[in-house]
Parts: sequence; structure tokens; C-alpha cells
Amino acid sequence: MGEKYKNEFGVFAERPQVEKKYYNAKYIFTGLAVFLILLILPLAPNLGKTVPPPQRQLDTPVIQKMAEKDRQCIMPTDWMRANHMQMLVDWRDKVVRTNEKGAPNGRDFVSPDGKKYLASLTNTCMDCHSNKEKFCDQCHNYVAVAPNCWGCHLQEGKKLAEAK
Amino acid sequence: MGMDRREFIRIAGLSTLLGLGGKGAFELLRPGQVEAAMAAKPEAQGVVRWAMVVNMQKLDEATAKKCIEACHRVHNVPDFKKPKDAKDTLPPEVLNRYEVKWLWTEHFHNAFPGEDHPNMLEKVAHLPFLLLCNHCDNPPCVRVCPTKATFRREDGIVNMDMHRCIGCRFCMAGCPFGARSFNWRDPRPYVADTFPGYPTREIGVVEKCTFCAERLAQNMLPACVEASGGALVFGDLNDEKSRVRDTLKRYFTIRRKVHLGTNPQVYYIV
Ligand code: SF4
Ligand code: SF4
Ligand code: SF4
Repeated sequence: MGEKYKNEFGVFAERPQVEKKYYNAKYIFTGLAVFLILLILPLAPNLGKTVPPPQRQLDTPVIQKMAEKDRQCIMPTDWMRANHMQMLVDWRDKVVRTNEKGAPNGRDFVSPDGKKYLASLTNTCMDCHSNKEKFCDQCHNYVAVAPNCWGCHLQEGKKLAEAK
Repeated sequence: MGMDRREFIRIAGLSTLLGLGGKGAFELLRPGQVEAAMAAKPEAQGVVRWAMVVNMQKLDEATAKKCIEACHRVHNVPDFKKPKDAKDTLPPEVLNRYEVKWLWTEHFHNAFPGEDHPNMLEKVAHLPFLLLCNHCDNPPCVRVCPTKATFRREDGIVNMDMHRCIGCRFCMAGCPFGARSFNWRDPRPYVADTFPGYPTREIGVVEKCTFCAERLAQNMLPACVEASGGALVFGDLNDEKSRVRDTLKRYFTIRRKVHLGTNPQVYYIV
């Protein structure tokens, strides 16, 4: 005698005996295998490869012309590496919004050692780092970010007053 | 006085419940307040207010062309008629629509519509009036911009933040002077020789004359003024001793479409 079986519809004589069977196993496992292969496929070519770390080059004409002790970015290198994106956004707001009511103001940037710079990507940063492919792009490609600065801003610049 | 955002929303919401709508509701509940909020506020004393006078008595076709070239060169304004590479040549039917202009010329009847008449002085009718953004005191382009990409500076310059422009072109519909142009395609292949140190624009943003804000910041005159040989006068309207003030005192001047109430700040000596 099977035991009594109870559910919300009432009490039944026996628990129904259903044959345990895996239906359509062939299709399910083939499908899963195809899915996994598709998932891994794009990653496979890079498996086991080491991507060389970015090689930034600092040997641009402007930097080489500087005396050794002057070869210093507007902020310490480590700080720049971590924060240059935020700094550029701040520069953008200060320069573009100059003289707007209540806006932060100005085109000047004063570095911690007291030197004054024009807050400008093209005219200041790219003056020293005139090798975008060997400098900016190295890390940006390595970490796969694509900043959209270059749709408008030029790689080569001169101070406005000089370019007259 | 004016009203703040909270008050505005409160009145708008209440009046919608009552079945009232639009500006009429504000007239009923807070008479005169909407106008007060819309009118340009008086500026604080001692603030710069840039303005320009165009002296048409000194400006001929050739000088106008020189001014336009100077402006468009230093601001990397594209010329879609002259691609750098022949493969970028555009079909003639789009050239008019694609045109980007910061400074351009029109005849009197286009520059000052409604002021012309069939019997007017022929010489004036055919002058090449130099037109640019008027840097209006009450700029409709600023009012309609949904992103605040177009804004009015305290020195009167109506400037744009290209990083923020979404290309909705409300401002082009709002500006009654046709001072704004849209970039229908990437302008770079049409900038003959890129001027170093000034950005180009991208596809999908609007652009216009900036009163040379980047040059003013370096104590330089606008490029068109420099190239005009004295036909254009630029300066601070709030400074009694400035050249614009002096010129405005000595000559009778007109402005474009003043009846629209935007209060343009480019003056014309005819
Ligand atoms: S001329 Fe047009 S674009 Fe310039 S401030 Fe006036 S409304 Fe705006
Ligand atoms: S096109 Fe750009 S500047 Fe003009 S209204 Fe739209 S967001 Fe503002
Ligand atoms: S003021 Fe500057 S931006 Fe405006 S038309 Fe003259 S040169 Fe061009």
C-alpha cells in the first residue's frame, strides 16, 4: 500500500508514480554546448597571451628642449595618472563657462609650485605631449577607453597670441 | 522679485486642476510676474558689456570678405564648397543647407526686413551688410536651450558649451537673426587649413559667433574687427570712454529687428 497523499485539493489514495526521465536531453545539451562555445569564442584568441603594458614615450621635441630639472608635468605624475580626466573636465567648465553668473571662472591654472599655465588641452597639454599615439593612446588603448576629446580638439596647438 | 521654481510649479499645477492653462493662469493669479521674470535684469554697475558697431560707410565688399575670412580662419569654420579631398565633394543641392556661417553679408532688405521700401536710396540697398550673432540682451536662443548649452555671460556674450549641445536645434528656431548653423556632417574635411589652438566642431552641434571670447580673454580684439581696417568698432558699452560709446554718440545707428524685443547689441551706421 502506498502512503496517503494530501494536497490542497483533498486526500488521495496514493502518491502518483511518475517515471523519472530526462526529456529531450540530446537537444538541451547540444544547445548548451553551442551557447558555451559562442560565449567563449571571442575570448579564446587572447587566452594565455600577455598584453604588453603601455609604453608611454616622453621624448617629444618640447620636452627634450627642457632642462632636466624642468621636466615636470603641471602636477605630480602619479596624481596626473589618476586624475587627469577630472582635471580636464574642471578646466573645461572653468574655461567655457567663464563669466557665466555663478560659474567657476578662468583660463589660468596654477600648479602647486606656483607656475601659471593656460588651462587648455590643445595649447598646454599637447604642447609637451605632441605625440598622442605614443602617449595618450598607449594607456587609453590598453584599458580600452575611447575619450571623445579628439572629435573637436586638435592634436597640435600653439598659444593663440603666438599664432597671430 | 520674480518667482522661484517651486512657486512656478505650484501655480502651474493648481491652475491645471482648475482647468486653467498657460500664461493666462499666471496673469490671473500673479499678475505681471511672468513678464518680470522674462525681461532682462539690469546689470550690476562696473560690469563689462561687449558690443559692436558696424560702420557701413567704411565697409565695402572687399573689406567684408576680409573680415569673414579672418573670422572663419581663426575659428576653423568649414567651407562645404571646398573639400580638402575631392572624394568629399558634396552634391550642390545640400550646400545651402549645410552652410556654416559665423559672419556673413546680406543686402538691406534681408538684414532689416520691413524697413526697406521700393524707393529707398539705391546705394544703401546694395551695401553688403555684415551680419553676425547680435549677442542679444534678452536672447531667445538661451531661453529655449533645453540643456543650458547656450548661455549668457555677465559681460553680455551669448556663448555656447559645445560639450553640452545635443543638437536639438531649438536655438536655431528661436534666433530670429539666422545667426546659428548646424553641423549636418563632420566639418573637419572642409576646414582648409586648421588653425592651431582652436577646436573644430563635430557632427550634430550648433555653432555661431562667440564675439571672440577666446581672444578677449587674451586682451585681443575680435578677428573681424582687426581685419576690418576701422569699419568695425568693438568695445565695452558700460565704459563711457570706450570707442563704441564714442561712436554711438557721434553717429545715428540702427539695429536688426528691434521690434522683436531681443535687444541686439550689434549696431549699424548706414
Ligand atoms: S542673435 Fe540669435 S543667436 Fe545671437 S544672441 Fe540673439 S538670438 Fe541668440
Ligand atoms: S542645439 Fe544645442 S545649443 Fe541649440 S538649443 Fe539644442 S542643445 Fe541648446
Ligand atoms: S566677433 Fe569673432 S566670432 Fe564673432 S564674427 Fe567677429 S571674428 Fe567671428
